[in-house]
Amino acid sequence: MRRYLTRKLVTYVLAFFVGVTVDWLIPRLVPGDPVAVYVDKFSTLAPGSWTALYKTFAKAFGLNVPLWQQYWQYWDNIFHGNLGVSIYAYPATVRSVILAAVPYTLALLVPAILLSYFLGNRIGAAAARRKLLDNTVLPVGYLFQASPYPWLALAAAFYLGAVTRWFPISGGYSESMVPNWSWSFVVSLAYHWFLPFLTVFLVSFGGWAIGMRNLVIYELETDYARYLRSLGATQHLVRRYAYRNAVLPQLSGLAISLGTVIGGNIVTEEVFQYPGLGHLIYLAVTDQDFFLLQGIFLFIILGVLIANFIIDIVYVMVDPRTRLSMQGAQA
Amino acid sequence: MSLGQQSPGKDVLAGASPAGPGDRQADAPGPAAGGTSMPSTGVHYTGRRRFEFVYFAVRNKKFMLGFTVEVVFVLAAIFGPWLAPYGDQQFVAPPFLHPSIHHLLGTTYFGEDVFSVLLYSLRDSYMVGFLGALFAGLIGLAVGFSAGWRGGFLDEILQMFTNIVIMMPALVLLLVIGAYFKTHSVFFEGVFIGATSWPWVARAVRAQTFTLRDRDFVDLARMSGKRGPSIVIKDIAPNMASYLLLVFILLFAGSMLLAVSYDFLGLGPTNGVSLGDMMNKAELWSGLTLHMWWWFIPPGLVMTLIVAALYISNVGLDEVFNPKLREL
Repeated sequence: MRRYLTRKLVTYVLAFFVGVTVDWLIPRLVPGDPVAVYVDKFSTLAPGSWTALYKTFAKAFGLNVPLWQQYWQYWDNIFHGNLGVSIYAYPATVRSVILAAVPYTLALLVPAILLSYFLGNRIGAAAARRKLLDNTVLPVGYLFQASPYPWLALAAAFYLGAVTRWFPISGGYSESMVPNWSWSFVVSLAYHWFLPFLTVFLVSFGGWAIGMRNLVIYELETDYARYLRSLGATQHLVRRYAYRNAVLPQLSGLAISLGTVIGGNIVTEEVFQYPGLGHLIYLAVTDQDFFLLQGIFLFIILGVLIANFIIDIVYVMVDPRTRLSMQGAQA
Repeated sequence: MSLGQQSPGKDVLAGASPAGPGDRQADAPGPAAGGTSMPSTGVHYTGRRRFEFVYFAVRNKKFMLGFTVEVVFVLAAIFGPWLAPYGDQQFVAPPFLHPSIHHLLGTTYFGEDVFSVLLYSLRDSYMVGFLGALFAGLIGLAVGFSAGWRGGFLDEILQMFTNIVIMMPALVLLLVIGAYFKTHSVFFEGVFIGATSWPWVARAVRAQTFTLRDRDFVDLARMSGKRGPSIVIKDIAPNMASYLLLVFILLFAGSMLLAVSYDFLGLGPTNGVSLGDMMNKAELWSGLTLHMWWWFIPPGLVMTLIVAALYISNVGLDEVFNPKLREL
């Protein structure tokens, strides 16, 4: 058990290290000069001032020192929570811009992931080896799983937003409001939240339902399930055992699917102009705000690592084998 | 487990490894959620019995359904430019036209024929899917075989590496890389997608190699003086051929979905059109508020059908290769 947790911890620390390094490295590996891009943004420059400005910027960004020093400086800044200044939202700092967007993204992701996981597992398990339910869950599940996020988002925005006008299709809250904690503002928030949530939820839901269905079918064919049935156990009981065994690989799948859901969330936020990290990353890319981009990448990596860690702990608690060995018994 | 959309993440992570020390997550038992279960390994099929697969494949409804849909779209992609009534970036008609006999799917904000653009788009979307699956497959196989065959320290290192890459959110990484490039080509998109979506393949292949490497026929090959790489390619790989085919299909679907999202965010191939790119333009030019559904619904629908057909033929093939799963 201790060995298991140590390995996990080492993996997370290394992953964070790799993430930060990649984040630092990419701008330096890719052809082109980000500083030159910034300087070029000032369209009306007197001749000769270009180089002067370039030097000033390079110095301001700390790019006039040797590479190893830049790398060290980067780590130092991260531990001081200093991610630089955003170009797109100048003069706001990258950290403040990101922190303002994080709640929106979490409000979309956390309920969508949890709800799709629980509902998908339940319905998928119920559909296994039941002709009628299976014949609806399977095709519907595949269609949702196969639909690209941007398309499902556009389709939802078109039908439930533009045509029927049931839901707003743009923004995180009504444009005529200033964020505050009044009742009407919270209603507006929920109202704008629903469609992007639905999109992310539906795509994941299809995957979980199908995954669970297949796993339960597999479990129902195992020897222990046959033995239970031959003892005269009820269908209900056999299925409960099958479910508890099938849930373990699904839990590992949850950790692996995080990256995909986050990607889908970015696209969905962009469709709905939802003011979360996904929309922000799009703005950073189009405005070539590289500091913001670096900062968001770092935040997302950190989020994924934390989520993975939580899933690890849940796994240990759910799996009786690891739980017992935690309590000192030999599993 | 669910292997993902857009990346293997939501798709199914296939398979499971009974053997092998290693990280619990990687070794979760069971067939995978998109429906790929353990192949029956270790069975050498003679030439005649090989045709058994064809026999079961043509009788498997799921496979035939998925396969037929896929063939139709592949043909459309190959012959698209000849079938299309107009060019892909040609302004041929007044803008905002509803679908009609003259323009099957109407026209765009700029007066392009949506049906023609759609036919042209299929090529790039398929190309990215193929390249992504190819590169992810190659990396995954190389890492999985090395880790599974050599074991020991190399295995530890490669597993650690795999576990790290699996946690990097693919689309975010691609966005960061793409943001620094001025031009984007189909080739690079495919390579980068492949470079981020291989980890689950490596895990699955490693697990399979572990179960195979101590079999008698592998020992025999080893005793006869064959070298490692040769044993892996000639003795181990053929025994998971059916499984690898299923993996490739899932990778293909995953790459295509990831590419749609990527293109939708405006980082798709700079010259040429793709399905994600169509939706991007429709969104940018307020196709949504102008109710131009014929501009953004068809490309996504086509992509959904292509990917769903891949998933369904994957399940069908799984039943073909794995007698246990055949419909009762």
